Amino acid sequence: MITMPETTVPTTPRGSRLPSWGRGVLWTALAVVMLTVTADLTGLPSITASSTVQAGVQLAVPILLAGLGGLWAERAGVVNIGLEGMMILGTWGAAWAGYHWGPVAAVIGGAVLGALGGLLHAVATVSFGVNHIVSGVAINLLGAGVAKYLSTLIFFPVSHNPRQSPRVEPFDTYSAQPLAGWLADLEQQQRYVLSDVAGVLRGLVSGVSPLTMLTVVLLVASYLLLWHTRFGLRLRSCGENPVAAESLGVNVYRQKYLAVIVSGALAGLGGAAMVLAPGQNGYLENQTNGRGYIGLAAMIFGNWRPGGLLGGAALFGYSDGLQTLTNGKTVLGLFYGVALFCWVIMLVQLFRKRWIMAGVAGVSGLVLYGIYLAVDDLPTELTAYLPHIVTIVVLAASAQRLRMPAADGLIYRRGQGS
Amino acid sequence: MTALRGKLLPPVLAIAFSALLCTIALLISGGSPGSALAAMVTQVGKGTTAVDIVNSATIYYLIGIAVAIGFKMNLFNIGVEGQYRIGAVAGAIVGGSTNLPPVLEPLLIIVTAMVAGAAYAAIPAILKVTRGVSEVITTIMLNALSIGIIALLISQRAFGVLNGNNIGTRNVPQSGWIPGISLGEHGTIFGFVVIAILAGVGYWVMLNRTRFGFELRASGESPTAATAGGVNAKRMIVIAMLLSGAIAGLTALPELLGRDHTYTQISPQGYGFTGIAVALLGRNNPGGIAFGALLWAFLDQSAVSLDNVGVPREIVTIMQGAIVLSVVVSYEVIRRLELAAEQRRVGRQLAAAAGGAA
Amino acid sequence: MSSPPVTAGGATEHPAVVLTGITKRFPGVVANSDIALTVRRGEVHALCGENGAGKSTLMKILYGMQQPDEGTIEVDGEQVRFKSPAEAIKAGIGMVHQHFMLADNLTVLENVVLGAESLHGIGRRARARVAELAGRTGLRVDPDVLIEQLGVADRQRVEILKVLYRGAKIIILDEPTAVLVPQEVDELFDTLRGMREQGFTFLFISHKLDEVRAIADSVTVIRRGTTVGTADPKSVTSRQLAEMMVGSELPSPETRDSTVTDRAVLTVAGLRLSAEDGSGRPVLDEIDLAVHAGEVVGIAGVEGNGQTELVEAIMGMRHADSGKVLLVDRDGKINDLTGQGTLKRREAGIGYVPEDRHRHGLLLTQSLWFNRILGFQTRKPTSTGRWLDVEGARADTRRIVERFDVRTPGIEVPAAALSGGNQQKLIVGRELSGEPVLLIASHPTRGVDVGAQALIWEQIKQARAEGLAVLLVSADLDELIGLSDTIKVMLRGRLVADADPATVTPEDLGSAMTGAGVAGGESE
Repeated sequence: MITMPETTVPTTPRGSRLPSWGRGVLWTALAVVMLTVTADLTGLPSITASSTVQAGVQLAVPILLAGLGGLWAERAGVVNIGLEGMMILGTWGAAWAGYHWGPVAAVIGGAVLGALGGLLHAVATVSFGVNHIVSGVAINLLGAGVAKYLSTLIFFPVSHNPRQSPRVEPFDTYSAQPLAGWLADLEQQQRYVLSDVAGVLRGLVSGVSPLTMLTVVLLVASYLLLWHTRFGLRLRSCGENPVAAESLGVNVYRQKYLAVIVSGALAGLGGAAMVLAPGQNGYLENQTNGRGYIGLAAMIFGNWRPGGLLGGAALFGYSDGLQTLTNGKTVLGLFYGVALFCWVIMLVQLFRKRWIMAGVAGVSGLVLYGIYLAVDDLPTELTAYLPHIVTIVVLAASAQRLRMPAADGLIYRRGQGS
Repeated sequence: MTALRGKLLPPVLAIAFSALLCTIALLISGGSPGSALAAMVTQVGKGTTAVDIVNSATIYYLIGIAVAIGFKMNLFNIGVEGQYRIGAVAGAIVGGSTNLPPVLEPLLIIVTAMVAGAAYAAIPAILKVTRGVSEVITTIMLNALSIGIIALLISQRAFGVLNGNNIGTRNVPQSGWIPGISLGEHGTIFGFVVIAILAGVGYWVMLNRTRFGFELRASGESPTAATAGGVNAKRMIVIAMLLSGAIAGLTALPELLGRDHTYTQISPQGYGFTGIAVALLGRNNPGGIAFGALLWAFLDQSAVSLDNVGVPREIVTIMQGAIVLSVVVSYEVIRRLELAAEQRRVGRQLAAAAGGAA
Repeated sequence: MSSPPVTAGGATEHPAVVLTGITKRFPGVVANSDIALTVRRGEVHALCGENGAGKSTLMKILYGMQQPDEGTIEVDGEQVRFKSPAEAIKAGIGMVHQHFMLADNLTVLENVVLGAESLHGIGRRARARVAELAGRTGLRVDPDVLIEQLGVADRQRVEILKVLYRGAKIIILDEPTAVLVPQEVDELFDTLRGMREQGFTFLFISHKLDEVRAIADSVTVIRRGTTVGTADPKSVTSRQLAEMMVGSELPSPETRDSTVTDRAVLTVAGLRLSAEDGSGRPVLDEIDLAVHAGEVVGIAGVEGNGQTELVEAIMGMRHADSGKVLLVDRDGKINDLTGQGTLKRREAGIGYVPEDRHRHGLLLTQSLWFNRILGFQTRKPTSTGRWLDVEGARADTRRIVERFDVRTPGIEVPAAALSGGNQQKLIVGRELSGEPVLLIASHPTRGVDVGAQALIWEQIKQARAEGLAVLLVSADLDELIGLSDTIKVMLRGRLVADADPATVTPEDLGSAMTGAGVAGGESE
């Protein structure tokens, strides 16, 4: 009987939109198609070579774990720029435990040391109300310092190098046989398009470390936990409106502590993943080289969602893999691919009648294509920083459509609502 | 003076706490905290250590101020690391390829370095105001990228020359050097210390006596109130970032113009993070940053003595990290306590006044 | 130990809530002192008192958000001590806060079950339970919409659903009508009456006496932190209640003589502004407005209908899509402010009292004189352009403290140390300095004590008499009617009706604010 003059009707055109998993599939397919086309048109097969993709996966794992750590903390409202420091602690912890007791211990050791870093961040930001960025930066300094000290103290006598640990036994890797073998055949046949797709898929299913599988499990588990359980609801409510959450009997401090500690543990796992990565053989000073920050960027790119984070990590991992394994020419080939991508966006935007966006995309595509035509090779000094450049470009392109948790980064004091 | 107590107590607490932490770390690893401290303190009197401390502090002070300009308005320019190195390499390249008379030559180098530092800081500033990208991430990425850019610039394909087995820029001509203050066997203090002091004084005046300083502080305290008060947030971000980058550009010049005269692959890195630490320690105040810079320089320079007493000198990095973390915590706690105390005091005084009037 | 024997009104059962001797001190103030309150089961018990009398503190104590320094709480005859809201909830107490405690980016269902997941999970059973409660009480809301898409009345329903979901039998409503228009208030009261029949007990906090008389079964008045007495709303008059609340004559916002001139100071033409969410939905739609020298133009409207945006667009804090803003200064020079920044607009002679003084008006940890400079950083007497004039700022702050009766021990204390009323007086004093031609005042007396309210009204009237043009936005309809020379009603981003404050009643305004009265055009 009661009719409200201001009753709001949800106006989102839900029916016309794909569910989020559908969009994920679409984007993945699109990415594979773009890469395939680029590889064929530029005559640069390493763009879709299984080795590139495989390296990309391995490099994406630490980024994904760090980003997942960022997701946990920021969904609870704590900005965690200290991921890098926690990751560094994780590398030391993994190397130390791994050297003594093998790879499984390394995983645990990395997570524990990372969690300690997270605990420190939680104490500073949650209990003492320090600015989250300030505390994060301090933890990065402290993490680097502690790892350096402990490395000198404990690794030096064994490895005779203060910057390096003794060799740590990595995990065995697994391939999904017979699928991987079959894809390998296909890739080697050099068939148009088909071989490229096979290369990408083979890179995904062969040489997979248990840690990679664990990472995938953690990603899915985080999604289910954060979005489909009461624990997750409480945790997210702390990132959206902690005052309301507390008024409903949610222990905001405890949720935030838990989230930030888990965040640190995940970052530490990311560190362990670096220590255990093939060809690493243990702890190395400055090994993380800013991957904690890139993980954070991947999470922002992913709009504080696990699916988007996966996309971001894949992007950064792939570009890292490409620059590690190939030369400036191949990286340049990617410009061509991105130009194609820009033009696809332009078409989509034209279709949606968003003229300005379409114009921007079209011009960006032209500029990239121009660079591709004009330059022969990219200096290797710069291609090493491809992931960093990609981070900046991607954030600049996407920052405005993002929505972070409403109370992210705000200092919350218990009883603040009163 | 409660205000003074609020300023001095946090760093004292933080240093005490960090010292305690390091003591425990040392005891666990079987070292002797007492002898370590004694070694570090006596080291100051030895050789050129005292002068080295002043010289390092000069550098730390400049970059600390660069950081503080941004921090004062909650603009987290983590990118001073990249900005100072880009500034230095630009200054070195220009200095190495020109030969103006004295005074003009160093001036040219200084201006070049500041412009280059500011230009590199302009990227995150522009991205922030036009695209809303957090400056924290972009500056961190640009720090990494700066390594690549510098490697490219001083490669032999570009401006680099081979000097022994080290690649670097061409030497700055003697007319571009800034003479130091020689203290004989104790070493030579960089002449640039004068410029650092001037920068500090300028920073104080800017903060406390200019409209720009007011707007900077207002933006840091409450961006919303600043906007309502007519402060143009975007303009502030750009100016503060450029200024921060320009001051950061000065950082490596004491070494470039006073000692090394060339910028090479192995020129010192990492001052950026020291700058952040020093700014946090000094709570973005010109006096506090000076104190922080000297403390940091003391820890860095005296650490060599630890090897003599069988303590890994890396303990100092733990000490430094712990100081930063505990100082930000104690500043926050004491700020809160003081504000509550102030509110109580005002309440009491008004109640007393009302009682007296009634 | 000294729980006094309580005799409930004839019945054998215990009263729902008994508060005895509650005292709560904050730094420098005693918020509650020796409060006694008895609430019978199944009644709507109103708690009255002016702003700052200590009503909210008392309710926070009952809800476990704060702990009393002295005194006892009994619920259903048992003495309790709540250390947190969770414990109060367990005892069957629920609270609907004045400022909604909702997470915008979560759905209605998520907001309702948050913190009470153990009752029915977060899935299908929870949904069924919410639907059942909604059916029983008439509080219908789509459980799957995000809160950010809801209007104020719907949000309030969610708030009430939240406490019902937790099994609350005793519900505290903290100024529930402050954000509602009269028609919505009536609907709320209907809901409350229905729920009272079902045995719910309500503690209704308000300072609107007619509403109290309309809904309450009994009323307790609080003044300066202590209970003055309990009355039967059926027999007591609003006048008597008001005198219990204030202890003396009520201040009145009314202005006597018209000082309106025909010189338009502010002219807004065709102002349009789109929502920030990128949907292109207009939040301001073709606004035309003129404010003359010596005139107070009041803007009435339910919160969220574009008043905030209008003010911020005129101040240059938001960039309008189209439209003109012109300001005529004292010498008759026309300044086209369209496209200018906030500072330029302030320099042209606009003073601005923002609706949220903590977010937009003050730098809380800075000294009073530092706050004096804000907005005046380019003008005398606080600045000479590029350089600050610290001494000038100090001197002028002393003048404001004196003239506007800002109660402070000095000008060096941080703004946060002052009470809300004194902070607001400082802001009004600041914004009236520098000879503004136009004052934009958003809710200028919201949340301030009666003394500050009277002073602020007096200062606005005085400035108006001297030829100041005033644009007044307020949710307090009495204030609007009392102060304004013209009232314009805002609805969904448009100015939909004009009203003459000499004849219009709050009910008429309420109709126009919800769109019900638009058909009638000019009310009365």
